[in-house]
Amino acid sequence: MGNKVLMKGNEAIAEAAIRAGCRHYFGYPITPQTEVAAYMAKRMPKIGGVFLQAESEIAAINMVYGVAGTGRRVMTSSSSPGVSLKQEGISYIAGSDLPCLIVDVQRGGPGLGGIQPSQSDYFQATKGGGHGDYHLIVLAPSSVQEMADLTALAFELAEKYRMPAMLLADGTIGQMMEPVELAEPQEPKFEEKPWAVTGTKCKREHHIVNSLYLAPDELEKKNFERYERYHTIEQTEARYESFMMDDAEYCVVAFGIAARVSKNAVVAARKKGIKVGLIRPITLWPFPKAALEKAAAQVKGFLSVELSMGQMIEDVRLATHDARKVELCCRTGGMIMSPDEVLAAIEKLTGGEK
Amino acid sequence: MTTQILIAGFGGQGILFAGKFLANKGLMEGRQLSWLPSYGPEMRGGTANCSVVLSDEPVGSPIVNNPDVLIAMNLPSLDKYEDAVVPGGTIFVDSTLIERKVGRTDVKVFYVPATKLAQQNELGNLANMVMVGKVIRECAPVAQEGLEDAVRSVVSAKHANMFDINLKAIQIGLELN
Repeated sequence: MGNKVLMKGNEAIAEAAIRAGCRHYFGYPITPQTEVAAYMAKRMPKIGGVFLQAESEIAAINMVYGVAGTGRRVMTSSSSPGVSLKQEGISYIAGSDLPCLIVDVQRGGPGLGGIQPSQSDYFQATKGGGHGDYHLIVLAPSSVQEMADLTALAFELAEKYRMPAMLLADGTIGQMMEPVELAEPQEPKFEEKPWAVTGTKCKREHHIVNSLYLAPDELEKKNFERYERYHTIEQTEARYESFMMDDAEYCVVAFGIAARVSKNAVVAARKKGIKVGLIRPITLWPFPKAALEKAAAQVKGFLSVELSMGQMIEDVRLATHDARKVELCCRTGGMIMSPDEVLAAIEKLTGGEK
Repeated sequence: MTTQILIAGFGGQGILFAGKFLANKGLMEGRQLSWLPSYGPEMRGGTANCSVVLSDEPVGSPIVNNPDVLIAMNLPSLDKYEDAVVPGGTIFVDSTLIERKVGRTDVKVFYVPATKLAQQNELGNLANMVMVGKVIRECAPVAQEGLEDAVRSVVSAKHANMFDINLKAIQIGLELN
């Protein structure tokens, strides 16, 4: 591991992807993630990689689909409206059981929305987004270090389970600079995958990349198989950070930038004698259900802190079986709550109870 | 110790650069830190601001809502952020560009004619770095040792000629009573 360098979150994604052996990037510019594309445009030609600014987001995701079929590490990045455009391609990639990385540096929505930070693509990222029965692995960085680390992890998990992974960041984490320690560069691996379409050289059977199954029994079987894999992922890959939870009587749940703001509020509440902790989901799908279920046995109530009108809160309620009250502290449209706002919501939840 | 710094002014005044310098200096000192720019359709003449948090502990929120140190490089910035400064905090005012005085009595205030000093010393628009020097002198969010290396780390090789004047601007601020 090298020394710490100061980087923007968006740049850390790009550098970490290159170091993880990604040599194919397809994208289309959109604030607040354009630095990812700009970094790739500068670096890829120097290391024998491919940077291509496509004519649209739809074209870019289909280029990703193409490279993913060959088994090489490939990615695209965009922000909310652009990721909506990609949904058809994402569904096809999921339906073809191919690995790739899609980065969404979220901005306010719906529609063209605004350009300030948001977390309102939570439903789209974790519940499907495109059509059909499928999931993405969804990772939610809350620091520049995690922008780098989770990019590498996303590639690994995508390959391990043959499915697309999404890095669900937001404009703040994308634009901010923090010290980051980058992993040692890894050369791209060219080993033959048992499913990749790389040319048979007349020496083996064809591999077929496809998401069209006209026989319903065959399609059902495919979906059943995929959901068996999803089940394994839910059992083994859920990740979260637990902060001041040991003796907590109340629990804040937040990810990404909202978790950073919430941490300040939790520290401030502790100074006032309120026994509150924080669970920060790092994987949004799979959602860390077991951790929340366990917390529900310990605490009297939950506070979901989100930059949306309340999307993750549904998963908090499901995971805790509505056994405890779950309240919402939210801002939307590009606004971010202050630690004082979260603290006030904690005090309301606890009813002044110490 | 944690210092939350908010630098605000017009686009083109080097607001983000001043923050970047402090962040790099913090990195060299092995501090924990974050740097967050306002981003969007800002351009020269529009408003720009930048949050810098320097700490000995992991940084929580990178968004500075209530600064310990406010550097106001134009009047709209002072109007907008004066009330947000924590009691006992410090406000640095570019008195060349801001004629009014700070109304609050529970903060320390330094009126620095930074833009005028930069012009008099033929430092172009480096009022930002004069201000940074004064902030280091009065609040010491970063150490005075090793400033040269920190300047080198933010001035790209392409603009090597900017090294001397950036350092000089900081020194003018450092020596300002």
